[in-house]
Amino acid sequence: MKFTCLSKGGGFHFPPCHILNVCGFRILFDCPLDLSALTIFSPVPIGYRDVVDEKDSDLDSDCVTWKRQKIGKPLDANDLICAVPWYKIVKYLHLWNVSFIDVVLISSPMGMLGLPFLTRMKGFSAKIYVTEVTARLGQLMMDDLVSMHMEFRQFYGPEGSTFPRWMEQEELDLQPSALREVVLGKDGAELGGWMPLYSAADVKDCLQKVQTLRYAEEVCYNGKLVIKAFSSGLEIGTCNWSINGPKRDIAFISSSIFVPAHAMSFDYHALQGKDIILYSDLSSLDTMEGVEDGYSFLTTDSFSTLSWEESAKALLNTSEHLEEREKLYYLCSCATDSLKASGSVLIPINRLGTFIQLLEQISASLESSSLKVPIYVISSVAEELLAYTNVIPEWLCKERQEKLFSGEPLFAHVKLIKDNKLHVLPAVHSPKLLTNWQEPCIVFCPHWCLRLGPVVHLLHRWSGDPNSLLVLESGQDVQRALLPFQPMEMKVLQCSFLSGIKLPKILPLLNVLQPKITLLPEDLRQKVRFTNVNPFSVFHYSENKTLIIPSLKDSSELEIATDLAFQFQWRNLKHENMNITRLKGELHVDHGKHWLHSGNKPSKLNSSKRRPLLHWGTPNLETLLSILSKMGINASVEQGVGVEGSEKACKVHVHDPKKALIEMGETGTVISAVDENLASLIFEAIDSILDGI
Amino acid sequence: MKARQRGSQKERKFPSMAIECLVLGAGQQVGKSCVVVSMNGKRIMFDCGMDMAYHDHRRHPDFSRISESGDFDKALTCIVITHFHLDHIGALPYFTEVCGYRGPIYMTYPTKALAPSMLEDYRKVMVERRGEEEQFTSEHIVECMKKVIAVDVKQTVQVDKDLMIRAYYAGHVLGAAMFYTKVGDSAIVYTGDYNMTPDRHLGAAQIDRLQLDLLITESTYATTIRDSKYSREAEFLKAVHKCVLGGGKVLIPTFALGRAQELCILLEDYWERMNLKIPIYFSSGLTMQANMYYKMLISWTSQKVKETYSTRNAFDFKHVLNFDRSMISAPGPCVLFATPGWISGGFSLEVFKQWAPSEMNLITLPGYCAAGTIGHKLMSGKRTKIDLDKDTQLDVRCQIHQLSFSPHTDAKGIMDLVKFLSPKHVILVHGEKPKMATLKGRIYSELGIRCDDPANNETVCIPSTHHVEVGASNTFIRSSLNPNFNFSKISSEDESDSRLKDGKFMPWLQVKDERAAEGILVEEKSKRAKIVHQDELLLMLGEKKHDIRFAYCFPINTDNLEDTKSTDVSSSSNALSMSGRCSWLPMLYIKLSDELSGGNIQYFGEQIQVESFSVSLCLKDRCPYRIVDSPPNKCEAVFFCCTWSIADEKLAWKIISILENLDYGTC
Ligand SMILES: [Zn+2]
Ligand SMILES: [Zn+2]
Repeated sequence: MKFTCLSKGGGFHFPPCHILNVCGFRILFDCPLDLSALTIFSPVPIGYRDVVDEKDSDLDSDCVTWKRQKIGKPLDANDLICAVPWYKIVKYLHLWNVSFIDVVLISSPMGMLGLPFLTRMKGFSAKIYVTEVTARLGQLMMDDLVSMHMEFRQFYGPEGSTFPRWMEQEELDLQPSALREVVLGKDGAELGGWMPLYSAADVKDCLQKVQTLRYAEEVCYNGKLVIKAFSSGLEIGTCNWSINGPKRDIAFISSSIFVPAHAMSFDYHALQGKDIILYSDLSSLDTMEGVEDGYSFLTTDSFSTLSWEESAKALLNTSEHLEEREKLYYLCSCATDSLKASGSVLIPINRLGTFIQLLEQISASLESSSLKVPIYVISSVAEELLAYTNVIPEWLCKERQEKLFSGEPLFAHVKLIKDNKLHVLPAVHSPKLLTNWQEPCIVFCPHWCLRLGPVVHLLHRWSGDPNSLLVLESGQDVQRALLPFQPMEMKVLQCSFLSGIKLPKILPLLNVLQPKITLLPEDLRQKVRFTNVNPFSVFHYSENKTLIIPSLKDSSELEIATDLAFQFQWRNLKHENMNITRLKGELHVDHGKHWLHSGNKPSKLNSSKRRPLLHWGTPNLETLLSILSKMGINASVEQGVGVEGSEKACKVHVHDPKKALIEMGETGTVISAVDENLASLIFEAIDSILDGI
Repeated sequence: MKARQRGSQKERKFPSMAIECLVLGAGQQVGKSCVVVSMNGKRIMFDCGMDMAYHDHRRHPDFSRISESGDFDKALTCIVITHFHLDHIGALPYFTEVCGYRGPIYMTYPTKALAPSMLEDYRKVMVERRGEEEQFTSEHIVECMKKVIAVDVKQTVQVDKDLMIRAYYAGHVLGAAMFYTKVGDSAIVYTGDYNMTPDRHLGAAQIDRLQLDLLITESTYATTIRDSKYSREAEFLKAVHKCVLGGGKVLIPTFALGRAQELCILLEDYWERMNLKIPIYFSSGLTMQANMYYKMLISWTSQKVKETYSTRNAFDFKHVLNFDRSMISAPGPCVLFATPGWISGGFSLEVFKQWAPSEMNLITLPGYCAAGTIGHKLMSGKRTKIDLDKDTQLDVRCQIHQLSFSPHTDAKGIMDLVKFLSPKHVILVHGEKPKMATLKGRIYSELGIRCDDPANNETVCIPSTHHVEVGASNTFIRSSLNPNFNFSKISSEDESDSRLKDGKFMPWLQVKDERAAEGILVEEKSKRAKIVHQDELLLMLGEKKHDIRFAYCFPINTDNLEDTKSTDVSSSSNALSMSGRCSWLPMLYIKLSDELSGGNIQYFGEQIQVESFSVSLCLKDRCPYRIVDSPPNKCEAVFFCCTWSIADEKLAWKIISILENLDYGTC
């Protein structure tokens, strides 16, 4: 088995990407896009299409003729690239031949955003598995991306098929180093990862190539791999994978949340007892710089000696969820403060779970502070997205499912829309928005990178208002993200949300899962320390290095049909305390297991007269002679004829009842007799003084 | 001599248990479905229905047969409920809350969501209208549902270490599922009610091709073959339209969920198309709340309905209004959905009494009504006079339209499913005795599958599959999975297929890939049995191979061989143009090729090889294996030496006799 980490990713929106070789198959885990790289581009300039007052755009704005800055100066808005953006896929993925990939497993909608690039490639024929909900949410995200990207195309005109100017070496040399590093990567290898965005047709085509799954639905790839998705709790529909093969059972753990407030919780019980765990939740690395993790270094070691029960209990600790709730409360109070000061609140947070909870939370706090402020959700897919969340109860957490059983809507937005408190609009220039618009207000809209979508227009509109509030997710380069909107008078609130398993829970989790081998990222080596008492071995992986995982067993599981088993004729080897039998049948591989059935043909082996075909041991001449004489065969020994070198051999001559010769050596015996009967009798005699099967 | 037993047939114990099916309900009848299946030490109850036709203890399955002592937690591993119809779930609150079963209960999400309203509806009918002593209370229903674990279709659910269940989409009603159940190597499917053709609001049943020991299937329409559902739906719409055009009232007695929403989707669609303004009412039992469930569970409906979720959810009925009791005798046409179905009491009976005497009105009835209900009486022929009870008779003059589209599969659908799954055994339940007997005969005669149709409280035992798990070495697996091509010439009858190609004789070769797995199973004390390749065994034992071979050296008269050369093989003499002593071996090759059909005969120049048997010219003056006496007269004899191993004992002597026979008669 081989494991290669292609990318450690970065944060919630850019999950890791790996390739696993197992059972002769290549499995790709996730195919994300690095959308944070979009910040090197300049957004479509203001005035092109204004937010509310729909003026005709002035295409000759001075942004088209952008001025280049000398290297070394701090970045400013003019440094950003004015062109139709390209998109960046996982850096090492383009170095692999996609036609060699057999299976693609997509764990989250974020892990799906780069998939159309793969599926439209010539030679790509892998089987793609993804949960039903991830496929749907992924499609909505990609459709939205394509539709937001349209604005660039309308502004700059259609893209040429050629290499864009900004990617040429001379242009790159003129760019500030910070931008150049985004384009090329630290080692300069990432230039090949840039792609012009796929089309709506590519997305549609991609979706037709995926096979959707429910949680815990079993699919069998090629008879050998039994693949199942189990909820990871990160988002609605996100999953971890269980891959059972004839020789080992593997669990792949992506970023997971134990007790999420919307999605079905992390089903780690289903991953118990696997041979190997591929631990791919790198969220604890992203928050490492933060102050909050200071304590985790100290506590990890004490966990390593925890018992199974103590570990299981540690996993149930819900402090992180209380923390999350407090964050939301704080965020709501900041929002109401701004609103009270007649400022608007702009929330370009595209994490579905956070968005839905914020929606519920904010509307509740508006209610309690009796603020009558409209909430807008603006995106080309918002209506469908909100409707969809209300028809997938099977994918939600226990509390939401209880709402189904009591006949209430699963999420509060159903009622908010009905009560006209929440307005769902496809775009900033939609007529419905123009008639409804009212400030101050709260707006949820894409895109978090602040280069695409309605957020660009609204930021231009409100950036000068010190009473307005912009809520951003921490983790991105805020300085660069806000460059085009300087000077920023708006308040900016940065929030980090729970995006995976926290460091102190990693060891208890592994203790509970009890794998034989665990693969952890190199970056966690110092943070998760293992004592000798850990019953499993640990391998550390790093980007673009292939780890070879030793085989655990030298044998596979095999199921023998009982009808075949009943035909066995056991031989008992007493000195070895061993029973052996020959067996013959038809071997099949199905559902990750080998099966031996008796097959259609009656085999030679099962006939009544079965003789050993393989012999071992040293024959004793005396015993042979006495057995022969009991059979009525008289023989005499001709000793010491040195046949073929040093080998000790002897010849036994038979004259009665018929002529025969037995040549007996250390490693073999030759029987030569005048007829079949005698030859057979002699064979029996020799067989009885040897071990055989 | 080493101590050892020869060929001893050691006693091995393999599990040879059977699957035991105790039919507690729906045996040769429709009503109170309940089958208890025991397999490999697990005991599962499928459905826990009640029989609406009875008002005494017969309405429930006879639970005492599961456990005399009443310790049901010990007696059952789990309960599986297929759908929310009362004949499948009606006795569940009684069984959990009154009889005290506390173990796990599995059903799909929609069934868990919708069952409480069904049960509550029924409870109300029993208590409030009939004035009976209640079998269970509202609290019982709530408590019962708390024990339920909801499952999704296709989700593999591990009930415990050994028992796995999986739901498959069954059509029929929202959330109806067939359940695949597996314990060890034994596997069964219990279908519950299902529909093999999609309808306007639900999809068709869907299941994987599974290895099954047993299929327990419903057989409501064991002998009926139905045509397209769409034309039947059109008939219904036409009948309703005609009635309301004539100013009549349409009563559609239904249960709260299922049929009501299905027909309502039909009517809404029709009303829209025909631009009708006549009101459609839901009686109080059928609250709009019920539609809320349908809206959230839209992913369980048909493909067409499913797609509407984002624009306008198909269960947001635009034309439907709430009905008030005072409107029963209000003038003007209308359509009313009223509970309960089958007109077994309650509000639908109340409306029926008022509307039945008028010829203008229309009453629709489902394809099946439980015996003893008014609906059942209306269906059976003469229906002018209906006895409501001992003292009251009702004059029925209204139109009656029997819905001929049923959410059950027809006989063709059942046969299709049985054929598709090809289980080792079939048990029919949920049908009428004579029709089931016919279907049972068909399943055996047409598909060759054994089939039973047990009556209530009967037990059927069927054998189950088992496998023995062992380890297998990589070498064994690899050698078994490698292609093993077997070349053989076709037999002489097919000589027409042999062709001369480019002037060369091309023997017609058959190539077969015979991947027979051959190995040795080794069992050591305290270790798991393991299959190894023959070559690995000696390494494992630390022993050296002792090779036993046979040898035989014999003369052949060469005159005879010359004959063979000149007559038999003229066509191939070109290819084998050799002369003198060197040509004798090719001659033998040709002779053997003729005599041995299908053997894998190879000629290597120095020797001829058939399996382990090889023969070559013996040039020695004194060969130790020249064991036969030399021919009496010393005519031109050439000696051939052969050797073989025990596996080809028979073959070797056969070849020797062929070759030796060449000699006879001439010398
Ligand atoms: Zn039913
Ligand atoms: Zn039924």
